[in-house]
Parts: sequence; C-alpha cells; structure tokens
Amino acid sequence: MSELPAVAPRGRLADSDLLAAFLRSRVAMLAALATLLIFAAAAFAPLIAPHDPYDLASLSLLDSLTPPAWRAGGTTTYLLGTDDQGRDLLSALLYGTRISLAVGFASVTFAAVLGISLGLVAGYVGGVVDAVIMRIADVQLTFPAILIALLIDGTVRGLLPGLTREESAFGVLVLSIGLSFWVQYARTVRGSTLVEASKEYVLAARLIGLSPVTIMARHILPNVLGPVLVIAAINLALAIITEATLSFLGVGMPPTQPSLGMLIRVGQDYLFSGEWWIIVFPGAMLAILVLSVNLLGDFLRDALNPKLR
Amino acid sequence: MPVDGGAMTDPVAGDPLVAVEGLAKAFDVSAPWLDRTLGGEGRRLLRAVADVSFTIGRGETFALVGESGSGKSTIARLVVGLIEADRGTVTIDGVAIGRVSMGRASRALKTLRRRMQMIFQDPFASLNPRMRVDAIVGEPMRAFGLARGRRRRERVAALLTAVGLDPLDGRRFPHEFSGGQRQRISIARALASEPLFLVCDEPTSALDVSVQAQILNLLKDLQAERGLTFLFISHNLAVVQHMADRVGVLYLGRLVEVAPVETVFVAPLHPYTRMLLDAVPDLSMSSRDRLRATGEIANPIDPPPGCAFHPRCPLADTRCRTEPPHLLAAGSGFVACHAVAEGRAAL
Repeated sequence: MSELPAVAPRGRLADSDLLAAFLRSRVAMLAALATLLIFAAAAFAPLIAPHDPYDLASLSLLDSLTPPAWRAGGTTTYLLGTDDQGRDLLSALLYGTRISLAVGFASVTFAAVLGISLGLVAGYVGGVVDAVIMRIADVQLTFPAILIALLIDGTVRGLLPGLTREESAFGVLVLSIGLSFWVQYARTVRGSTLVEASKEYVLAARLIGLSPVTIMARHILPNVLGPVLVIAAINLALAIITEATLSFLGVGMPPTQPSLGMLIRVGQDYLFSGEWWIIVFPGAMLAILVLSVNLLGDFLRDALNPKLR
Repeated sequence: MPVDGGAMTDPVAGDPLVAVEGLAKAFDVSAPWLDRTLGGEGRRLLRAVADVSFTIGRGETFALVGESGSGKSTIARLVVGLIEADRGTVTIDGVAIGRVSMGRASRALKTLRRRMQMIFQDPFASLNPRMRVDAIVGEPMRAFGLARGRRRRERVAALLTAVGLDPLDGRRFPHEFSGGQRQRISIARALASEPLFLVCDEPTSALDVSVQAQILNLLKDLQAERGLTFLFISHNLAVVQHMADRVGVLYLGRLVEVAPVETVFVAPLHPYTRMLLDAVPDLSMSSRDRLRATGEIANPIDPPPGCAFHPRCPLADTRCRTEPPHLLAAGSGFVACHAVAEGRAAL
C-alpha cells in the first residue's frame, strides 16, 4: 500500500510519556511516595495501630494528656502521647486519616458522577435542558460547602429523628462536599461534550440509530474523561481540607470517630496549656497529605497538557 | 439549442431508489432572544437549501457539486435524516424518512436505516479514537442485531479485507492509521449493515491526491460488486467526472443544472456551470476563451432577488433580476436559467 505510514500512536505513547515525565520529576516522586505511605497507613490502620481509639472501654482518663514518648512523663505505650480522653494519639491519627480519606474519595466520586452525568446531558441534549442545568450550576456556586453541610445536616436530622450523629455524619459530609464540587465537572464535561458531539463519529453513531444514552456513554464519555481525572486528583485534596474544616467547625465527624479535622479541633483547646502534641501531629499529617495529593494533581495536569511541556 | 418548456420530470427509467422532492431547510442564525429584543432586530434565517428535487436510480451515482456554502453537506444530512427538513420529502426505496436520531422510529424506518449509510469528509473525526477498529466496524452489526460473537468477528475481518486492510488491523486504534487507511475503515463501517444507498460527503477532500484515486477506485469497485447507489458530494470537478453518472450543480441551495455527466462536462448550459468548468486549470483549454469566475457566492441569509446567480452572471437582464427561474428540460438535462430558456445563451 502506497499510503502514508501511520502517524505515531498517541494513546499508548501517552502512558509511557507520563511515566517518563514522572521519573524525571523528583517532586512528583516524593509526593507519590508520601501519598502512598499515608494511603497504606490509613488502609491498614486496624492492623498497625497500637490501640483501638473507638473502644471507649479501653480508655482511661488517668492516661489523658500524656506527652509523646521522648518527652518527660511520656511512655512507649503512647508513642505520640494521648488526648484529653486518654486516647492514643498515634492510633487516633491513623484512624482519623482513614476517615478523612474515605470522606474525600467518596465525596469526589459523588461529585464526579453527578457532574459528569449532568455535563454530558447538558452538552449533548442542549437547548432548554442545557440552560436549566447550567443555571442551577451557577446558583450552586454561590453556596459555600459549610452552608450546604448545615442545610443537609438539619434536613437529615429533621427527616430521620432517630438517627445519631455517629450514623449520619459520614453521609452528610459526603453529600454536602459532593454537592459543592460537582459544578466544576459539569462545566468541563459540557464543554468537551459540545466539541465531541459535533464530530462525525457521533453522527455515524446517530445514523445507525443508537439511543442518546448509548451515544453519551459509549462514544462521548470516554473522550471527555481526560481533563476530569485531573480535576478529580486536585479535588481530592480540596475535599480532605473541606472535611477537616467542617469537622473543625463542628458539622463534621463526631468526637467518638475523630477525623483529622476533629482531632485538630480538640487539640486547639489545649494549644495554650502546653499540650501542643494533640494539634501538631494531626495538623502536620493533614498538611503533608494535602500537599502531596495536590503536588501529584499538579504534576498530572502539567504532564497531560502538551502545551506546558 | 432545443428547449422545451415542460417542468422537470423523472429522467430515470424504472423506479428510482431515492426520490427527493421540494426539500428546503433554513437555519436560525438569530442573535440570542434578549439581544434581539433589546436591539430591536428580527429573526435571521439562513436558507441553506431551497426547493431541491432530484431522483437517483438503482446502482446510479448522482453527484452534487457546488462552491462552499452552496448547501451540499446540508442536503447530504437531510437525505440520511440527520437533520430535519423544513419542507419536502425524502423517499428511499418507497419509505419516507424522518429525523433519525430522536423519537421512536417505525419498523420500516429501522430497516431503511440499515440500508443507507454515510461516508464522512474528515477521516480524523469520523472514527471514535477510543474504540478499536473491529469495534468500530462491528458496531452497526451490533446496533441492528445482524451478527454476534464469532460470526461478527468473521464478517468484520471480511469487510476489512474487502476495503484493502488486514483483518489483524482490527485490534488497532484509529490513530495508528493514515488518512487513507482511516477512510477505508470508514467505508468498512458504512458497509457493515449491508446498505443499498451510500451518501459520500466529500470522501476524498481531506486526502492526498495519490490516496484520493485509491479511495475513489475502491468505491467504484465496491459499487460494482454490491450494486450500491451513491449520492456523491464534492467540490472537486475532476473527482465528479470520474465517479458520477449524473451531476446536479448547486448554487446557493438551489439546483441550477441537472444533467448526465458527459453533457455537463462537454456542453454545459447554465452560465454558472460554465464558469465552474472554466475555472478548472486545463492545459488543453489554454487557447479557449474562458468565462472568468467573478465575484463571491452571495450571502444565503440575504439572497439576491430573482435568479440568485444574477450578480455574477454575464447574461443577466431585467427578468433575471426579478423573476426566479425554474428547472426546465433542456438538451439531455434540466437547467434553471432564463437566458438558456430564451435562447440568449450562445455558446
């Protein structure tokens, strides 16, 4: 065949390009290492934590406010010391990270699914449907996450009076963080959908009588997901911070299941009385986690954008 | 020049596969409602296609030619039902088609859809970059429930072979192919549902000249093998001369001349057709007086009154500026021109 040789394959090469860029970037490798360590610590918390912070019976107020092991008065039983309840801070930290990450992943997933679906429909169907969805998105942006959290918390409590805070907190957090993040996905996906839907492969799919849902799911969705993954990576860090903020302000996780934000809130009360370890360790953990996830997201955004290379 | 005054009748012997009758489509290009209301403007309509009728016989290739903006691609999309006509009907194999994408389709329409397919202009946009070639070619079979499992794989392999690709290419992605190879994949996909009627919307205009000939010959071979009927859309007159049995010349959404391909290229009647042909660089014609291509195609939002071609026409008179001409039988074809009808158009 005398036709031109095939152009360099893009899809497969992008993967190895990504790997090469990753191996070149020391920041990305460090961030990935830190993220992996924290994810592993959180995932295996029940196996590696020396105590069970949820088992209230094992707590003793006599052990409360023990300093870290290397300080005077500290013991090796409580490596990072204890909080005001006598809870082992290291164990609480591991479990807290676990909760923070779970809330982060769940809310980002919720926001992404909601935003991608609405963005696809808005972009593909267009017209009035598009206008209504995008105006709702505009209004949504004017509500901060904290307001939505309070609203949903109150509504859930009113609708299901039997529910305790322990049972409802996780759902309320995921719902409110998810609801305040979906707009970004919807806007991005809508834009890419408009571009893809006018391409001829979508016309070819319409020509053989595929339903709009099939066309959106099988043809358009795979072609608009690239930018969404970058947003999701960056949003994960944002969701963790938002969860910490909400818990710190008292609309998040209950004190019996402390997340990182809740631990920081508890520690704040003791900051000026000298028990600095209660706030410093969770604070440092949060900072390292958010920083490394953010750096990874930034790396992904730059590496996937050929114009920045 | 013999001219009889009869209205356009069906020039194809026997029953045509495709019949297009009085097709019209206007696009709303108005400013948004709020701007329009505040600015005191009315709606603006772009008349892409105005009152177009033609028929295509079984096994025939009917070509539509015209400049950019003459409504060629709009007609292609109207004929396959990707966009809805404002007026007029398209009948394929005796079944009238409506809009394909939305709404419930009748049983007859569903079968009909199987029988008509389209080959697109841009081979880089017409294949889903995330799907493997065998999934792309097999999709019409899946959509119409024609073959599954092993049988589908065998048929995809046979189609790839038929368009000159290797069956093993099915495992690759579109980006691994050149433009010409992609157009072959596109043709294989169009053939997957065993169509009778193929609409080719400028299938070679995005390809290298050497590759163009290969694709055109492939289309001709497939037509002969499978008895396909083509609606062939192009702005390239050489391609049309190679492919077409009959040619329709479009100007500003109207057919100005419909004639067998020999007539159009040897003895064109309409001044616009003559202008188009004279604009083709040709060494053997170098001594001939050329009808110089002047002016631009008029704005379809605000078309000139009377004959739309009159601002560019050397033969235009008062009647041309006021009264729109209709397609009338002339010679072996049909022409919409007052000058031809009155015998003013001396060659």
